[in-house]
Amino acid sequence: MEAVFSNFDEYLKAFGVTLGLFVVSGIGSLVLGLFLASLRVGPVAIMRRAAALYVIIFRNTPLLMIFIFMAAAMPKLGYNFKWVEDIEIAGWSVSAFFVRSTLALTLYTSAFVCEAFRSGVNSVDLGQAEAARAVGLTFAQSMRYVVLPQALRAVVPPLTSVQVALIKNTSVAAAFGMAEATATMRAFTNNNADERIQIFLLFALGYIILVEIVALSSYVLERKWKVA
Amino acid sequence: MSGNVLFDAPGPRTIARHRVYTVLTLLALAGIIGFFAWRLQVTGQLEYEKWEVFLTPSYVEVILQGLLDTLQMAFGAIVLAIVFGLVFGIGKVSEHAWLRWPSWVVVEFFRAVPVLMLMIFSFYLFAIGNGPLSPMWCVIIALTCYNGAVLAEVFRAGINAVPRGQVEAAYALGMRKTQVMVQIQLPQAVKIMLPALISQCIVALKDTSLGAYILAPGLTYVYDQISQEFKNQVPAALVIASIYIVVNLLLTALATWAQKRYVGEKAAPLEVAATGFDDGRGTL
Repeated sequence: MEAVFSNFDEYLKAFGVTLGLFVVSGIGSLVLGLFLASLRVGPVAIMRRAAALYVIIFRNTPLLMIFIFMAAAMPKLGYNFKWVEDIEIAGWSVSAFFVRSTLALTLYTSAFVCEAFRSGVNSVDLGQAEAARAVGLTFAQSMRYVVLPQALRAVVPPLTSVQVALIKNTSVAAAFGMAEATATMRAFTNNNADERIQIFLLFALGYIILVEIVALSSYVLERKWKVA
Repeated sequence: MSGNVLFDAPGPRTIARHRVYTVLTLLALAGIIGFFAWRLQVTGQLEYEKWEVFLTPSYVEVILQGLLDTLQMAFGAIVLAIVFGLVFGIGKVSEHAWLRWPSWVVVEFFRAVPVLMLMIFSFYLFAIGNGPLSPMWCVIIALTCYNGAVLAEVFRAGINAVPRGQVEAAYALGMRKTQVMVQIQLPQAVKIMLPALISQCIVALKDTSLGAYILAPGLTYVYDQISQEFKNQVPAALVIASIYIVVNLLLTALATWAQKRYVGEKAAPLEVAATGFDDGRGTL
């Protein structure tokens, strides 16, 4: 306990980095995943196939390999993302490590987000879309006014699972030079080997709190959007 | 809902428009692939010497050994996780509160904690210095805890998915609680759970790669060694990732087959994580 509480600001900072990774790649994966899902349910066959191929590739590759690709292979191709470190907005700048990590997490997670959205669209009753077509709505209109609002409700639980998994997956960034929670836990344990169990439990508690916040807010959303 | 209700059968103008989209998509795809190939070419990643290692028999053997280690770890973890999941899954549906609550705490804890953290912890607990276990076992322990917790949920959902009448009929025949569980509920639940179980194998297989962080053997560890020796990060990453993808696709095919064979095509696959608050933890 002592080891963590005497360095409590480091503990908080570590979870700050975890949270930063989660928020940025969470938003990124929602955007990319929604785009991929719209390709996957659309009428153009080649777009469906391209999105399906993306999902197959990124869903079946271990996240660590995607991280390795971003951190080790991309620099060999001439992209080390060092240029982001020169950009400074109001005194804030991000490290190349952060950009690589969020890119890897976004690419990986958006495959799962895509599948969550697709299953949401698929869960909308067939008659709804038929009725929308029958009253003369176009594809875009029936999607926007009829299918998507209903799909959004159905998509909350699987999407929550995906985002919760993302929180836990940010820990992989520990292997690539990010001082986030898992890496900090390792450092703490290195310095205080006799307190390893307490350190582990305290860091686990941090993750559990983050996970519960996401799960709880999704629960609130679900309740709010529930059709009476 | 199948995709074709969302739009009419396309008329001539729409067909023409879709043709334009098709061409544009193809161009974009070709552009992405071409750009990637161009970068590979420009930075000299396509040179034979960078790929030669994957054609050298002794190194192919190393890679296959890595694949074997990965499969062993995944398989070992899944077998142990099934035991773990069975114990705590049944614990969660127990009628005794003193069994139900501890099971709930264990399952929720291990589902909310990152696997990598579990690995590091078990590494520090069992393997560091002259610890009693090898890093490989630490990976198996961590994966057992995580996948076991997920499988506990799968088992619980599977047991609950068995029609209530089955249980009532068994009680009416005078069976005891254990008999009902072992002879009536579990055999039927296993059938329902099989696809979810196999997809969990894919999760375990992907997560074994994290073992490289605590120096456990496996494909990713082989990647580390090869890329350090030959400085061929790009080809090595592509080859190793492809091996993972192929193995996982084989497992997916197995899951689909099992779904068709044992559950039937119409029945929805068991969605464990899809019931909101309590089950909000993922299965990635």
